[in-house]
Amino acid sequence: MMAGWSEKLRRNGFGWGLVLPSLLFLCLFTYYPMLKSLWLSMYEKNLATPEPMFVGFGNYANLLKDEVFMKVFGNNIGFAIGTVPTSLALAFLMALFADKAIKGRGLARLSFFYPNMIPMIAVANIWLFLYTPHFGIMARLASWIADQPINLLGSPDTVMGALIVMMVWKEAGYFMIFYLAGMQQIPKDLYEAAAVSGVGALTSIRRITIPLTMPTTLFVAVVAITNSFKLVDHLWIMTKGGPNNASNLLLYYIYDTTFNFYDQGMAATMTVVMIALLLIISSIQFFGWDHKIHYE
Amino acid sequence: MGNPLKLPLLLNRKYRKPLVDNRTLRYESTRRRILQILWNGIGFGFAVVWMIPFIWVVRTAFLPKESTIGTGWSWGLTFDNLIHVWQAAPFGQFFMNTLLVCSGVLVVQLVTMTMAAYAFARVEFAGKDFLFMLFLVQIMVPPDVLIFSNYQVLNEMGLLDTKLGIMLPYFASSFGVFLLRQSFKQLPKELDEAARVEGASRLHILSRIYVPLSRPIYVSFAIVSVSFHWNDFLWPLIVTNSEDNRLLTVGLAMFAKATESGAQWSDVCAATLIVSAPLMIGFLLFQRQVIGSFMNSGIKG
Repeated sequence: MMAGWSEKLRRNGFGWGLVLPSLLFLCLFTYYPMLKSLWLSMYEKNLATPEPMFVGFGNYANLLKDEVFMKVFGNNIGFAIGTVPTSLALAFLMALFADKAIKGRGLARLSFFYPNMIPMIAVANIWLFLYTPHFGIMARLASWIADQPINLLGSPDTVMGALIVMMVWKEAGYFMIFYLAGMQQIPKDLYEAAAVSGVGALTSIRRITIPLTMPTTLFVAVVAITNSFKLVDHLWIMTKGGPNNASNLLLYYIYDTTFNFYDQGMAATMTVVMIALLLIISSIQFFGWDHKIHYE
Repeated sequence: MGNPLKLPLLLNRKYRKPLVDNRTLRYESTRRRILQILWNGIGFGFAVVWMIPFIWVVRTAFLPKESTIGTGWSWGLTFDNLIHVWQAAPFGQFFMNTLLVCSGVLVVQLVTMTMAAYAFARVEFAGKDFLFMLFLVQIMVPPDVLIFSNYQVLNEMGLLDTKLGIMLPYFASSFGVFLLRQSFKQLPKELDEAARVEGASRLHILSRIYVPLSRPIYVSFAIVSVSFHWNDFLWPLIVTNSEDNRLLTVGLAMFAKATESGAQWSDVCAATLIVSAPLMIGFLLFQRQVIGSFMNSGIKG
């Protein structure tokens, strides 16, 4: 009896001991900050009120009335809609190409994937250069199409489109490799059987490849949507969210509110909104859909 | 009617006009070949288009300053820009800082994740499932989005503007734990039992059996982790104030901002190249390994 107890105690101690270091850092830099944001989002704390003052859900109500926030939020949704389906479709086609091409397969993979190894901030520099009026190759292309000089990043109408193109360029190759992995798991005899029964290549893609890579699509979609909220480095160098907040995104606005407007209460409130959003997006993958999507 | 064996077709051919049959056959194969060429053309066309931005930057970085402004193509080649940039900002220092932060984060991550992964894979303890759910939260809400609150935590700890401060939020990696746990679980339990019969302690088993057998996963994780932290920007920007603690990405951003006024694109391109080069060279050398690692990183825990 005693031996059983001490064995149990030792086993539990061992388990918790092993998890403890990770748990400590998770508590300090994930759970505590989350709870702290939640708490601070109930308080007003900014340059005018340095001592936190309880306002309940006042900050959330203010957020809904804040035109800039609403605009930034809309921008972010637009940014997700602009980047996610395009980069997914492109990634699928790239994988299809890099999977089947006999010659130059490695080269194709390399050229699609390399933007991922470049820091986001360097990518921003590169594209800032490409978009520079008169010098940049993309700016020249755009002016040639529009038949007049265009400042792609300087105009509220084009800035989002320009950033979306850049993001697709950076991300599509990353998502490609997940599709490559997914496609390699599809048994080859399925395609052989299809070919023997006279099914064309397009049909076999539509009936075999697309349905069987559905789990990959779901996974990649969640990563892509999360990224569209997470990746804002480029704004710091390219537009600072401008012109007139036309390219501003949520996380960058949080950064601005914290370090340029010093409004901690609002920054906390927006952080909570962000956390809630991310939890909702990723729970789509972790619960629910994931099991059903295989063979519909 | 169905014609499952296709045999009668061969027999029938004699009675048909062979010319027509041949022609449709040839037409079919030409059509297929044209489509194949078209598909390859589009594919490689895209591959080339994808290369253009980087080639453009490399070209500008090595081009003499005078020719950058001109619209025509010129063939000058110079290292002046690179040398000038290297001397204009302490990129050597930034490089060492980045190296230190990346390796520091990686080493601690490897230790913490090995321990936690073993516990989740092989030890039965109270509250295990609950803890597992807690660990999931970090994957859903990564430290990148908690910049505002983590800044305050770091402030409370008095660790602002230190390299340790940059590293701390990343010392525990749930992603690494899940990746490794998956690999640990696939090892046969009999290995454990056999080793315990021999009198080996569990820590001994972990370090002598589990860790060596999961080497590919460690390599994958290391590649993903280093490339993430090498490229990270917003967090190091917020935390650091002094040049002594600045990382490459932050240094590059500051440099680009400072030179923005003039159209000194050759300098900015050179700096961009310097910052991207180390990872890029590593990627070109170990292409398969790197792509494979990112592939592994998509497997869910």
